[in-house]
Amino acid sequence: MSLTFDDGTFIRTEMVAPMPPPRRQVGVIGWMRENLFSSIPNTILTLVGLGLVLLIVPPLIRFMFIDAIWTGQNREACLGPEAGACWPFIKAKFGQLIYGFYPIDQRWRPDVVFATGAILLVPLLVLSWPFKRLNAFLFFVIYPIVAFILLTGGNINLQAFLFEHFGLLHSVFGHVHVAGVNLVFWADYVLTALIVVAAIGGVIGLIGGDGRAAARSTMWVFFAFGLLVVAWDIDFGLPYVETRQWGGLLVTLVIAVTGIVASLPLGILLALGRRSQMPVVRLLSVVFIEFWRGVPLITVLFFATYMLPLFLPQGSNPDGLLRALVGVALFSAAYMAEVIRGGLQAIPKGQYEGAMAMGLTWSQMMRLIILPQALTLVIPGIVNSFISLFKDTTLVLIVSIFDFLGQLRASFTDPNWASPVTLYTGFAFAGVVYFLFCFGMSRYSLFVERRLNTSHRH
Amino acid sequence: MSDLVLEPVQGRSKSASFINDPNVRSIGLQLIALILVVLLGWMFVENARDNLAAQKIATGFGFLDNTAGFGISQTLIPYSETSTYGRAFVVGLLNTILVAVVGIFLATIIGFLVGIGRLSKNFVVRLISTTYVEVLRNLPPLFQILFWYLAVLSAMPSPRQSISIFGEVFISNRGLIIPRPLFGEGTGLVLWAFGAALLAVILIGYWARGRQEETGRRFPMLWVGLGILVLVPLAAMIFTGFPITFERPELKGFNFAGGLRVIPEFVALTVALATYTAAFIAENVRSGIMAVSHGQTEAAHSLGLRNSQTLRLVVIPQAMRVIIPPLTNQYLNLTKNSSLAVGIGYPDLVAVFAGTSLNQTGQAIEIIAITMGVYLVLSILTSFVMNAYNKRIALVER
Repeated sequence: MSLTFDDGTFIRTEMVAPMPPPRRQVGVIGWMRENLFSSIPNTILTLVGLGLVLLIVPPLIRFMFIDAIWTGQNREACLGPEAGACWPFIKAKFGQLIYGFYPIDQRWRPDVVFATGAILLVPLLVLSWPFKRLNAFLFFVIYPIVAFILLTGGNINLQAFLFEHFGLLHSVFGHVHVAGVNLVFWADYVLTALIVVAAIGGVIGLIGGDGRAAARSTMWVFFAFGLLVVAWDIDFGLPYVETRQWGGLLVTLVIAVTGIVASLPLGILLALGRRSQMPVVRLLSVVFIEFWRGVPLITVLFFATYMLPLFLPQGSNPDGLLRALVGVALFSAAYMAEVIRGGLQAIPKGQYEGAMAMGLTWSQMMRLIILPQALTLVIPGIVNSFISLFKDTTLVLIVSIFDFLGQLRASFTDPNWASPVTLYTGFAFAGVVYFLFCFGMSRYSLFVERRLNTSHRH
Repeated sequence: MSDLVLEPVQGRSKSASFINDPNVRSIGLQLIALILVVLLGWMFVENARDNLAAQKIATGFGFLDNTAGFGISQTLIPYSETSTYGRAFVVGLLNTILVAVVGIFLATIIGFLVGIGRLSKNFVVRLISTTYVEVLRNLPPLFQILFWYLAVLSAMPSPRQSISIFGEVFISNRGLIIPRPLFGEGTGLVLWAFGAALLAVILIGYWARGRQEETGRRFPMLWVGLGILVLVPLAAMIFTGFPITFERPELKGFNFAGGLRVIPEFVALTVALATYTAAFIAENVRSGIMAVSHGQTEAAHSLGLRNSQTLRLVVIPQAMRVIIPPLTNQYLNLTKNSSLAVGIGYPDLVAVFAGTSLNQTGQAIEIIAITMGVYLVLSILTSFVMNAYNKRIALVER
């Protein structure tokens, strides 16, 4: 529509519909012009990049899927000139890669441990699900005990706690075993507990403190520790499996989970110690943290394997895996302490002052106000240190513990499967497994970070 | 302001015991902690003494003067099987330092390239950089080292079919063969000339900086510096008649004669550590650049600076403030990770000293203490330098 006047003046009364933008500036072509070919250097970069992608991706896919061999009994299947990945090799070695040399008829035990771990872990990770406290208690306290009993078989041989070392008790009780439990030991334990509880209560009471409370808390410590030990002591009829027979992903996960479970409480203590007002406690914490953070994990493992036995009483010959676990736990505790310290420092001073104004004691303030906030804040940091711990577990193969990577390396030497592609198949499989674990965890940590980031600055 | 004055409470109330006094508690707790630590230490020392006596292991650092009796596949200083353990320690330490220096150099270059690539507008570049970072970061370093060593380098052709780069550098399953520099007479003068050139460049740099701050006039530092650094030693070379020559590797029979052989363990370790660490450095670089607010770029543009100038003069100096502390951390990590050498048999400090020497002498306490001490000193030094640097570049706020 338009208006045309007598003198020929022409006025439009309506806007003309806008022309579509030039086809070269919209759609796929426009996007490509803007993003990929905006200038000469950019075009070169794009072409080089595309060349790189073409160089890597199609051969990788060919190797992993198209040319791959899917069935076969031994190396014969994978000897062809054009053979891709030799998946039957992985299939044949799968049991070893997951369980190591764990006895085949007992492999249901690690399976149960894996399944229980997954069942407990998933609800812990979903932030909105309830019962976090119970869940964390189950995962961090009960689960390690159950896993320990299941994997080793439990039924540890206890002889003496304190008095029996001097041979005082078996003359009274004789040697009575009930379901694998040595009664002499437990009589010894109860006697020691009673004496220590009475002593602590008495001393605290004498110097004017609350003797009853002190005695009660000491008793609880003995009770909890007793429960733990009695669980290990009872004979559940599981055959004993040496840790030397463990291997593969089982060992990788055992080390990683033990590291994280042990390092959390230790790390919290160290972080609190480092922020403490008491100079001696602070100094000890700082020295401990900086020492372990300053040395590579390899030297820590060497320390645990060669030096630690020298520091322990003669005759006590701790298990190889246990020694490595101690090293890993101390090492990761130092890193965890720094992560948690970051969280503690992020809590505004008002929270501390508020708690103190409410008349809370130091432990109440930490337990109820500060730590819950600080720990939630550093979940991404904890997950990240778990990722690096998971990657670091590979180092135990150097002190001849066969974790996933160690088991893989051992399987390369099997002459039954010696073929030109065995090596690459193994690395491809292990790479995918490690990547899935680590990448999954890093995505989770990013997700939590976004969920917890309640500020709306961006 | 209120007129209320709080009187301090005089003395303790009678019902409260002294163990509820925070000061007493704090001293008591610290005493207990100290006693526990001392007891633990004392127990360790006692046990160690008994154990060493029972196993008839010598103590003290005397073993450092004993003959080591084992060969080392890569030595930067003269070393033979008749050398001492002390010498073996130095050889291992130098090998560690070599991996660290070369690795850090490569990792920095790759890391910066990939980090900038992750922020590129080019989709393909961004995709490749992101994939690089995600893949490399999520695979264990030992896995990557083994991969490079077993799957890549062992799969290289034999020396006869080796891959040649311009006929000077050869890559084969025996490692990397490069021309060996030979230092003839007069090398000293060239090195002195290079040192003098370096000093001159530093001095000119100071002067140029001072002049720019006073007058605002810029000095073409890059070109002048490069010119001096290249031309002065070149002149010295011409003057002394080219004392530094290169011995070229040649294929003789089944192996190479002449040239410098870089053992495959070194190549695998260095490449794996450099690419692994580069992934982390890339993330540091990216976060550093992103930490510079967009207003800075806009302000620079509105002042009329070109894109390259904006990047060079405004964005990067500010980003470096954020990048450098985690960057040094990564350097330290690379150095510590070089101890993974023991996994493929590269003779670094841990493999030579805490591995072979420990097995031969059995003196675990001394050897592991020395090894840990080296790394500790390294990390403490780094953190000192870092703190000093941080103080220097920290924003001076009003």
